[in-house]
Formats: sequence, C-alpha cells, structure tokens
Amino acid sequence: MSNPADYKYSSEHEWISPAVDGVVTLGITDFAQAELGEVVYVDLPSVGDTFSKEDSIGAVESTKAASDIYTPVSGEIVEVNEALDAEPNTVNNDAFGAGWICKIKLDDASELDELMDADAYTEFCK
Amino acid sequence: MNADETIKSTPLCDKHVALGAKMVPFAGWNMPVQYSGILAEHHAVRNACGVFDISHMGQFLVSGEGATEWLNRMFTNNLNKLVDGMGQYSMMLNEKGGVIDDLIIYRLGKDDFFVVVNASMIDEDYAWLTARKPEGISLVNKSDAYVGLAIQGPECEAVFAKMCPGVELPVRNGILQFEADGDACVVCRTGYTGENGFEFFCPAEQGVKWFEKSIESGALPCGLGARDSLRLEMCYSLNGSDLSPEKTPLEAGLSWCCDLTKDFIGVEVLREQKAAGRPTALVAIEYTGKGAPPRHGYEVQLPDGTPLGEICSGVLSPSLGKGIAMLYVPAAHSKIGTEVNVVVRGKSVPAVIIKKPFLKK
Repeated sequence: MSNPADYKYSSEHEWISPAVDGVVTLGITDFAQAELGEVVYVDLPSVGDTFSKEDSIGAVESTKAASDIYTPVSGEIVEVNEALDAEPNTVNNDAFGAGWICKIKLDDASELDELMDADAYTEFCK
Repeated sequence: MNADETIKSTPLCDKHVALGAKMVPFAGWNMPVQYSGILAEHHAVRNACGVFDISHMGQFLVSGEGATEWLNRMFTNNLNKLVDGMGQYSMMLNEKGGVIDDLIIYRLGKDDFFVVVNASMIDEDYAWLTARKPEGISLVNKSDAYVGLAIQGPECEAVFAKMCPGVELPVRNGILQFEADGDACVVCRTGYTGENGFEFFCPAEQGVKWFEKSIESGALPCGLGARDSLRLEMCYSLNGSDLSPEKTPLEAGLSWCCDLTKDFIGVEVLREQKAAGRPTALVAIEYTGKGAPPRHGYEVQLPDGTPLGEICSGVLSPSLGKGIAMLYVPAAHSKIGTEVNVVVRGKSVPAVIIKKPFLKK
C-alpha cells in the first residue's frame, strides 16, 4: 500500500493527517503494521490526556511483540478509535484509514514541519 | 547461547523461506515464526492439521547393558514402567533438584532408548550425560541425522495415512521405526499442542521431501508463534521460560513425572520439598478483565500491590480470546481462585489463578 501523499510521517512509523481546525489524526503506517504482524490489542490513550512530542501514548500489540506508539506532535487527545477494542486487526487491514489510533488537538502546528513527507518516508523505509 | 556462536539452520530452511515464512532466531536456530499468520496456524492445529519443523530438537540413542539402571539415575521418571515401543515424559535435574532439561524417552528394546531433548540443550545435555556415563554404555548424539516434523491436529491420522500408506500409527506415547519410500523413519505418538498428533523423524537429507509430502497430505505449515500459543493453552512448560535450573519439578507442578521412590540426581531436594512444602509454585493465571496481552517479564501483584512474581510465559489465547500466563508465586499464594493484577505499562489488569490447563478438552 502506498503512503498517502497528504500525510506526514515520523521515524517511529506513525502517520499524521492534515490538520483540520487544529486537530490531526494519528495512526501507524502500513509498513509498521506489516512489520508487527497480526495486531491483537491496541492500548489506546484516554481522551483529555496531554502529551509532548515523542511521548509514548499507548501501544500496539501483535501476536509477536508489544510496540509503543509515540506521538510526533504535542497536544491533547480529543478522540480515540474505540472500534479497535473489538477489532484490533483493523490496524492491519486499513492502517491509513479505519485503523487510526486517536485524534490530537495540536499545541504547536509548526511541529508538523519537522516530519517527513510521503516521498521521504517511502525512502526512509527502504 | 553465546553471542559469538553462529546461528544454525535446519535442512528445511530454504523451503520455509520459499513458503513465505518469517524467520527468527530461536535457541540458536534460524526458525520460522509464522507463514500464513500465527492465528490461522493456531486454529488450523486446533481444527484440522498443522506441521512444524522440529529438526532443531535433539535426539540421543542410548544402549548397552545397564542403560536402564543408569538412565534411571539420570532422569526423574521410572524407566521400569516402560515396555518396548513406549515412551514417557521425564526430566534431567542438577544436584539442587533444578531442571536442566525436560525430555521424552522411548524404549526401543531392552537397554535401548531413543531420547528427544530441547534444541537449546543438546550440547549441555550430551556433556552432562557423557561425564556421568559408565563404560560399556553407548551414548550417541544423532541430532544432525534427523529432520523432525511435528504433525498435529484432529486430522493428523488422515495426513499420516497419505504420507505413509499402509503404516499404522503407534498408540499414544508409542514409537514405531519403519521404512517408507526407501527411508528409515521413526514416528512417535506425542506432541506439544494438546491435539491428537505425532512427531515424525526421517533422514536429514530426505527432510524436504517429507515436509512437502506432509503439506500435500493436508498439513498447514506452522511456525514457532503458533507452537507457543498452542502449548501455553495446555500449560505445557517451555524450558528456559517455565523451567529453570533454579526451580524443581515439584515447583513446576510436574511431580507426576518424578518417581521419588527411586534414586536419581536431585532426588534428596525433591524429597525434602515434598515433606516440608515447596517454596514456590508455577501457577496459571487468566485475565478477568480487558487488557494488553501478558508477556514474559511482566510483574504480577496481589490486589493490595504486594509483588508476587514475574510472568514466565504469556499470550493472548487465540482459542479463549483472553490473556493467559504462567508464573512462579510463593506457594502460600498459589491457591486456585486467588485474584491478582498483571502490571502492563503501569496499568493493572485483573486476573485470577485457575486450575491447569487453560484449554479444557
């Protein structure tokens, strides 16, 4: 699956969607889910939690390993994808869409500029 | 193993890669962790049939007059209970009563045995036994001579009938040596999954052929991932995780394979523990609430926060859909029904000590 052109990417393999009214969506990339294998549990953050960039906000657990989710942007969690509680493998099936993890209200939109674009991330994964 | 040791590959390695397996290092071997997916492979073994490469495991042949008496001093179970063609689960202990290795030993004939040991312990077991072997008894390490396939699941008998037409599988815990397709083969009616199954050994150079035959006969290639979740659902111990040189078989809940009426290395410690009570016990815990899968090393506490121990083996059970784990706790806290918490990244997940195994069949 190709990396969506309008998303931003971190070196820890998270993606960030374009900001809408200062809110972005965070997920893990298709590359990350493929490396992890079958996701059996997603440890979601709680709405209202605040994090600084590079904090661990939760974890994705596969049949093989637990992998922390690091937010590449600072802000407050405004929504989490509760559907992952029942169907954690949505992260495998649709990493860039229905497998999103949470929505974050940005403290500082300029942090987005520090992230990779799709071309740079595609190169990073090689 | 030491970091500078080179990793070994079984004769089936290229075939695993060709089948799309993800390979990982395990016990010094480059082994498939999964092919189609751990969950699919797990369910295939529970509902149909799977095949695992177990060529990394070790095989010793022990023979010669007095072999029975000698091995009865080396191993915990009583070989005098075995008739020709039958095997038993047993353990080899150190002087402190701790577990060096768990194994299966088959009696081929009088004073003639086939022993299957863990991959990571082949060299240590062989050295331990060699150092204690009386003259006149032959101990041969045949580990590199065989490819081993564990074929497991309710449809295993049909798979075997296609692989080896006209050959009848031995009874449970039995062993049969036979010739098939020109090869000298061995089949043992045992397994590590809790399902009907057998372990098939053939000459190493014919391994790929027999692996392919098993797949053509209906077995799905399965990796170490599914092997671990399958065995843990049955509470079968994994040496190195659930068994250690610091824990006795009584603490591991394996007194049933230790005959304390005979003399073997470590028996005094076991007799003392039996009389005075074991200090710790390997218990099985099951999640009662939702939470991240339990994993090796996670701390387990009483509800008041008192630490009980660390998880030896844990997994999100594919069959039961909840977290399951085993760990050693002080014997005073080992009662079935004891409520505990598993600490996962700072969060407490409630769990309870249950009667083994997790999967009641």
